[in-house]
Order: sequence, then C-alpha cells, then structure tokens
Amino acid sequence: MLWERQAAAPENYPTYGRHDRAGCLSCGSTMEKRVVFKNRILPYILVAPQIAITVVFFIWPASQALVQSFLQEDAFGTSSAFVWFDNFVGIFTSPEYLHSFHVTLVFSISVAGLALSVALLLAVMADRALRSATVYKTLIIWPYAVAPVVAGVLWYFLFNPTVGMMAFFLKKVGVNWNHTLNGTQAMTLVIIAAAWREVSYNFLFFLAGLQSIPHSFIEAAAIDGAGPWRRFWTIVFPLLSPTMFFLIVVNIVYAFFDTFGVIHALTRGGPYYATNILVYKVFNDGFINLDLGGSAAQSVVLMIVVITLTVVQFRFIERKVHY
Amino acid sequence: MVEHRPVLTFVTHATLIMGALVLAFPIYVTFVASTHTLEEIAKSFPLLPGRHLIENYLQALTVGPQNVGATVGTMMLNSLVMALGITFGKITISLLAAFAIVYFRFRLRMVFFWMIFITLMLPVEVRILPTYKVAADLGMLDSRSGLIFPLIASATATFLFRQFFMTVPDELCEAHRIDGGSPMQFFFDILMPMSRTSIAALFVILFIYGWNQYLWPLLITSDEKYYTLLIGIKRMLDVGEGQAEWQIIMASTILAMLPPVLVVIFMQKQFVRGMTETEK
Repeated sequence: MLWERQAAAPENYPTYGRHDRAGCLSCGSTMEKRVVFKNRILPYILVAPQIAITVVFFIWPASQALVQSFLQEDAFGTSSAFVWFDNFVGIFTSPEYLHSFHVTLVFSISVAGLALSVALLLAVMADRALRSATVYKTLIIWPYAVAPVVAGVLWYFLFNPTVGMMAFFLKKVGVNWNHTLNGTQAMTLVIIAAAWREVSYNFLFFLAGLQSIPHSFIEAAAIDGAGPWRRFWTIVFPLLSPTMFFLIVVNIVYAFFDTFGVIHALTRGGPYYATNILVYKVFNDGFINLDLGGSAAQSVVLMIVVITLTVVQFRFIERKVHY
Repeated sequence: MVEHRPVLTFVTHATLIMGALVLAFPIYVTFVASTHTLEEIAKSFPLLPGRHLIENYLQALTVGPQNVGATVGTMMLNSLVMALGITFGKITISLLAAFAIVYFRFRLRMVFFWMIFITLMLPVEVRILPTYKVAADLGMLDSRSGLIFPLIASATATFLFRQFFMTVPDELCEAHRIDGGSPMQFFFDILMPMSRTSIAALFVILFIYGWNQYLWPLLITSDEKYYTLLIGIKRMLDVGEGQAEWQIIMASTILAMLPPVLVVIFMQKQFVRGMTETEK
C-alpha cells in the first residue's frame, strides 16, 4: 500500500500510484465509471486547456528537439541539413560530454546515497521516539520547502573562501578550502547542498514506511530474543525495500534533473568542468554556446534517461520487489 | 518500542536532535548574517544575531540590492503571482480534464489521457531550447503569462483527481441525472465540495513547486520588472570582482525561504497528505 501513496508526489518526479497504470494505462476498461453523462461537445471543451498546454509547451518542443537532433545548421543559421546520427556520434565521441556523463553519475549516486542513508537513520530513530516523533518530523521535513537554488546559496555562503565560516574553520584545521579552484571540493559541496534538501523528502517516506510495518512482527522477533540491530536488518529493512527502491529512483531523477539551481548557484559547472552535470551542460551549450544540434541531441539523450527511469519505476520496481 | 533500553533511548533522541540541528545550521547562519553589517560578516563570522535586522530587511525590501535593479519587495510579488498562478492554473485545468475523462465517454479519450501522461516524462530540463523558442514565438518572454502558462500542464494533478473521482459513488451522479441536473452543476455542486481535501493537499505541494521554479524564469526573464526573487538572489551573487552585499543577500534568502517553509510548517497535515497519500 506504500505504492498507492505516490500519486501526489511533488511535480517533476515522474511518479504515480499503481492504480494509474493498472486502472487505466494497461487495462483501461476495468476501472471505468458505470454512470456517465452524455454530451457531444462538453468533454472536449473540458480537456481542451490541459491538452492545449500539453501540446504547445510539451509535445511540440520535444518533437522539435527530436527533429533538430538530426539536423545541422550552418554557421549563420540560414540553412540546415539532415545529418542522420552525426550529432549523436558527435556528443558520444566528445570527451567533454563523456566527462559530463561521468560527473553526473558520480554526483547522482553520491546524492542518492547520502540523502538516503541520513534519512533512513533519522527515520528509524524518529520511529523509535514514539510520542515525540511528530515534533521531530516537523523539525526535519521543512528543508524540503527550500528551493534547490536557495540551498545552493546557503551552502555557498557557509563555504565561501572569503566570508564563509566553514571554510575558515577548515583552514584552521589545515584543509585549504577553496571550491572555486579545487574540483573535488566543489563536487563535495554540490553533493552536500543537493542532498541536504532531499533528506527531508526521503525521511517522510521512510517514516511512513516504518509506521506501516505491523508492530506484531517486531514484538514476535523481540520475544524470540532478537535485539534491535538484528530486528532492523532481518525484519524492518526487507519490509522497507519497496520504499527504498522507489526512493532510489526518485533521488536519481532529482539529482539528474532538479539540481540545476544548486549547480548554477554554487559552481556553474566548474572549476574546469568538475561539476558540469548533463542538465547544466545542455543549458550551457544551448544558451551560452548556441550549439543547436548538439544541444538537441543532448536533450534527446536526457529524454531517454527520464523515460527509462520512469519505465523502471513502474515495470520493475513495483512488481518485482515485493515482500 | 518493545523493550526498555535507556541507553538506546538516549542515542535515539541525541541522533534526532543532532540531525535537526545539522539540517537547520545553514539557515541559522544565514539568518545571523542577515542581522549584521557587511564589515561584521566579513571580519568575524558572527554566531549570534546582531542589531541590524530591521535595517537590512528594510533596505532589501524597499531599496534593493545595488546590482539587480529591482527591490526584493517587487521580486517577492512576482514570485507570489507566479506561484499562485501556477497553483490555480494546474488545479483548475486538471480538475476539468479529470472530470471529462472520468464522467464522459468520447472519441480520443484515451489518446488525450496518454498525452497528459507523457508530460510526466518531459521535464523542462530536457526540452530547454525548443520550449524557449515556442515562448518567444508566442511573445511570452518577459511577461507574467510566460512565467505561468508553460508550467501549468500537470499529469500528477490530473491523475490524483481522476483517482479521487473514481471513488465517488455512482449513485450521486445517477441521482443528479434523474433530478435533471446538468454535468457542470454536478461538477460545481457535488464534485468540487467533495474534492476539498485533495485540493488543499495539492495546493500546498504546488505552491511550493511554483515558488521554487528557477530554470524557466531564468530563461525567459531579462527585464528586471519580471524577476522572481530566486532569480534576483542569483543576480546579487554575480558581482564579478566586486564585493557581494552579503547582509542584503542573506536577508533576501531568508525572505525567499519564508513563504514555502511557513506553508509546510503550518499546513503540515495537508503537506504530508499531498506528498504521501492518494488512496481514499
């Protein structure tokens, strides 16, 4: 029943509950209303606004990106030629793009790993805290409301080489902190800033998952002599695995696509492309360097990533991981 | 808890308090910095609030930072208009679309449903340039409608309402039809009042989503008049070789966090509901 909860997950996260698929996408006829209104024109008027926005701002631009990814414009933008997969070959043989892919993978896996482990620890503790759990919940969930770009600014200030408090203390203990010059430090900083706000989101879902585990399971194990540590790994953790897998996908999608603001505020992809994640690169190549074909090909690759993650979420995770 | 272990209880609370403190630390430092003068910030890393709170916030709200050209007051208003526009827009068009899909049988119904579904897979980030071009062709650059309309299509909200409408008993619709009521009367008099809790939950989630939009406003606004607060803060940081006005930036950052954080804290029930629950 965890899976039915996700239909209202925040925008941007391609998530929804099982019913949406089971009910209408794959077997559309099973969840239909018996009683309906009869009207020839009204339903079209009702869906028109949603469909108009979808076509104009989603489907049309996406198809444009697809078309453009097969074209190459000349230097003056006056004519374009069909070049088959040249743009794709171009990006996949460009060391810069492959580097950006690598950076994105390191970044996403670290953000997901950090945010998930901290959130799981806090959620398990909050679940133990019983009566005070609600108080802790309030104290922990609010960073989710902070925009990624604002999160970037907050951490930028803390670690700023000239006015940042953390940078100052780090220098005192012998770490020469300057994330504007040191790529590893820059990467560490964007990971922390991006994970900081995602901890709250994960915490909420872990806590809901923990609270839905029947208490009798834990009690039975305790009577059999299992300590808290053992109970966690043999009972709680396996029962949490659907939540865990769902959150892994959501966190990776977040790290891939919603962290533009963090990067833009903190590092602008630098120093020397050390934090140049794919989404930032698309923006940079398209808007700053005005490479239309290359940027469109990158967009198409990103679309494939989103579609894959979405499909994985529905097909694989929901069905296979079930205890 | 199934057994009494004082040490473990202590560890539990200690971890939670530590966690909450670490999460809040960046915000605390930001708040402290927003109450000092620039010299104090640059010299001594203050850890306690100073005496310039009112001065800094007033300056940010009414005069504005030097290199942006708009006051924080104006930018907050722009953010608010955008956030509310997106929220109401999404809720309205999703309610209507869900109503049509659940309560009518018509040609292309499933095609429409799939088209809405596809929007889930096309976040702004993957179609940046062509979407910008569409907005430019429609004359939407630097306008309020440009900030709002491209962001109001919502598969999530449509699915949520669709799911809720499916749970509304058929008898209600039947009775309404026997009484000779029109579909739109049914929508306004029966469905809307019944959807109140779903609408409230969505409102909270979508308001946060709208307020926190960054990439899209960044692309389409170049006129300071339309800057949202998040764009403004980023601009304040871009001072090149000059000295950033940290006290003003930090005050603006606090002001930028305030609306969504307050919404989460005071509407926590709706927030958690919106995040985690759809099944009724």
